[in-house]
Amino acid sequence: MSLLTRKHKRRGAFLAVILIALSAATFLMLRAFSENLLFYFLPSQVKEGKAPARHDFRMGGLVLQGSVKKDGLTVHFTVTDLHDSVPVVYTGILPDLFHEGRGVIVEGRMSGPDLFKADQVLAKHDAKYQPPEMTPEMKKYMQAH
Amino acid sequence: MLRKFAAPKIFYPLAGKLMPWFFWTFAVLGAVGLYWGLMLAPVDAVQGQAYRIMYVHVPSAWMSMMIYTSMAVSAAAVLVWRTKVAEYWLLCSPGLGASFTFITLVTGSLWGKPMWGTYWVWDARLTSELVLLFIYFAILAMKGAIPDRRKAARVMAMITVVGFVNIPIIKFSVDWWTTLHQGDSIFRKGGPSIAPSMLVPLFMMALSFSSYYFWLVLKHIRTLIERSAA
Repeated sequence: MSLLTRKHKRRGAFLAVILIALSAATFLMLRAFSENLLFYFLPSQVKEGKAPARHDFRMGGLVLQGSVKKDGLTVHFTVTDLHDSVPVVYTGILPDLFHEGRGVIVEGRMSGPDLFKADQVLAKHDAKYQPPEMTPEMKKYMQAH
Repeated sequence: MLRKFAAPKIFYPLAGKLMPWFFWTFAVLGAVGLYWGLMLAPVDAVQGQAYRIMYVHVPSAWMSMMIYTSMAVSAAAVLVWRTKVAEYWLLCSPGLGASFTFITLVTGSLWGKPMWGTYWVWDARLTSELVLLFIYFAILAMKGAIPDRRKAARVMAMITVVGFVNIPIIKFSVDWWTTLHQGDSIFRKGGPSIAPSMLVPLFMMALSFSSYYFWLVLKHIRTLIERSAA
């Protein structure tokens, strides 16, 4: 008995056609919805006016070094994509991973031309897993013992 | 060649020989990997202890996609050749696949709350993994709805083939679109961004989980072969 008789070839071809049609349909659908599949806009896209002006959206980037100013529960910081930056104000509890120089996603809306009012702040993980680096004192201690 | 192994008469004793190997790989690497990952591996500089949930989350996520891919290969064999062992493989896998997908979603969610600041968002990675769970449910529903096992396997095969488009979407979602979920830490350009002391137990857990799956599938298939022979 052969592995590919005429019957098997016919079924195989049918399966291949279905697979190709499905992939094509999926590809076109994802392309059509690609804007909606983006989870956030970058600050430069926001500055170019690509983000929705009338309703809420998310903006993602890095927390600019030295920009975090806390006043009680209200915190001011700047989100940057190293090309453009947008100042953000938020009142509430920040996630553990929120830190200057690290990734962040804020949800809210523009209030005025140069201020993003956030209702929610999400920290983005940079996919790096490292033990804490040894400080010089620790290294000296390790060498001495 | 492959057809020969796929004959239940050959597959049955072969599976019997492989099963103890899979079982002991699962048990030993699982115990060592879990102890190494949860107790011995260093804390993470940024996440502290919370990162250790990845020793369950990441292997489960790989399993959820690996099991589906093995089902898609079986589905093709079922649809083209009506291979019996492939039918059995398809009947035995979706329950395990759904379980691993569920574990992936729950552990990820528990990690997300303290780290991201939310249990759940509708980004492309999280949503496509949830869709995978629903596809597994659809396949399981067909298994339950059609009493004739051979007919059930064929309908399950069709759904499996259609649902397979979701697998590359899960894998590449973090590259194609902006997501809250981080990008790949292991299979990326320039090598893994995980310290070796943290990576070794992760691979042990992945090997342990896949051995667990193979052990159970082979066991289950042998039962089905016994039943059809009786």
